[in-house]
This record gives sequence, structure tokens and C-alpha cells, in this order.
Amino acid sequence: MDFTRRDTLAIGAAAAAVTALPMPAMASLTEDAIAEFTGGADVADGGVDLDAPEIAENGNTVPIEVSAEGAAAIMVLAAGNPTPGVATFNFGEGAGAHRAKTRIRLAGTQDVIAVAKMADGSFAKTQKTVKVTIGGCGG
Amino acid sequence: MAKGVRPRVKAPRSAEAGEVVVIKTLISHKMESGQRKDSDGNTIPRSIINRFTCEYNGAMVVDVEMHPAISTNPYFEFEATIPEAGDFQFTWYDDDGSVYEETKSVKVG
Repeated sequence: MDFTRRDTLAIGAAAAAVTALPMPAMASLTEDAIAEFTGGADVADGGVDLDAPEIAENGNTVPIEVSAEGAAAIMVLAAGNPTPGVATFNFGEGAGAHRAKTRIRLAGTQDVIAVAKMADGSFAKTQKTVKVTIGGCGG
Repeated sequence: MAKGVRPRVKAPRSAEAGEVVVIKTLISHKMESGQRKDSDGNTIPRSIINRFTCEYNGAMVVDVEMHPAISTNPYFEFEATIPEAGDFQFTWYDDDGSVYEETKSVKVG
């Protein structure tokens, strides 16, 4: 089969399009999760405290802490994991503070996102990049 | 039921009325993510605890929805208000339908 100059250009362009695909696909999974949680409402930046290490040596267990004054629920997402969902904390009437600590798995260096649903129905978001030396997804 | 599951909870034995106390919980569980493969290349099926709740005298303190990105031996730390003497009820829900429970009593005064 002979490749014309035109064919070669077309193949090259197609290959470039395919390699560019995975990144937006990953980002949209995270955006879908946020949209599902907020129901499409606007999300303000800030208003949520997310405490995570800048560098995590072991991605299998990364300590994080989330808190948001007056939050009814806080969702934590890891944008770079195979599935972005990490946990959703729903605070009840017996909660002493809207704060929780846990340990999570991170597949690699990525952004950890916390989205809080406030008692008045508004939403707030914060994110932090965590560098991971050893990923936590087995394999 | 996953093997060797043991819940552990650290809560104060007594508190002042209205005091906010810190609760720490840990449960031993493999939390198999469903992403790993065994030596033959077969995917190991997901087996995690997918929900954890804590109630005090029937009032919800925290209800956590969990995904595979929660580490092995899930650990949680949070705060609860103690309005009067009573019991904490901690419940973990496994993917396989098992439910693990633990209770802690708190005295006031």
C-alpha cells in the first residue's frame, strides 16, 4: 500500500487525537462526580479546609483531613485515580464539628479535591496537589 | 464475611454535658480495591467496606460513604457532641452484606 502525502498527514493527525484523549476523559469523570454531588449548582472556591501532605511517600495510605464550617456533607475526590470517588462524609445533628480525618489511596501524583455542601444548599470546593512517590493501586 | 475483621474504637469513658469529644475508629479490613491482579493476571474482585455510620443515642453523628480509594484498615477521626449520658453505636457495612458493630458508653459528670 502506498501512502500519499495526504494519507500520512491524516494518520498523523488521528494518532495525535487518540493520544490526547485520555486526559480530558479522566477530568470529566471527576467533573461528573462533582456535578452528581452538586446537582449542577455553582461551586465557590474556598470555604473548605483540606489538609493533605505535599509529598506522600506511600500512596497506599495518605492521611487527609477535611473540615468546613457549617457543612452538611463533604465529598473527597482523587482526580488521578482509576475511579475518582474517595469518600463522602455526611454530618448529622450529633456532630461536634464538621471535621473528619481518614487515610486514602492515591495512584500517583495528582490533585485531591474536597467539595462541601453547606447547610444553606450552597457548595464550596478546594483542591490540593499531592506528590506520590509510590502509587497505591497495586499492579 | 471477610476474615479477621475487628473494629476498634477510642472514645472517652466520661465527659461533661455538652462537651465535644474526639472519636477515633479503626477496623481491620483488606479493602480489596478491585484494581489489583493476582499472579495469573486475573482481577481480584472488589471487597470493601462501603459505609460507616456513628450514632449517639440515635442521633446521627457521621455517615460516611466509602469508595475503593479508602486505605486498608479504614481509619476515621471525627468529633461528636455529648448532650447527656448514653451510648455510641458504630456500624460498618461490608460489600458482602456483613455488618460489623461496636458500642461505647459515655458517662456524664
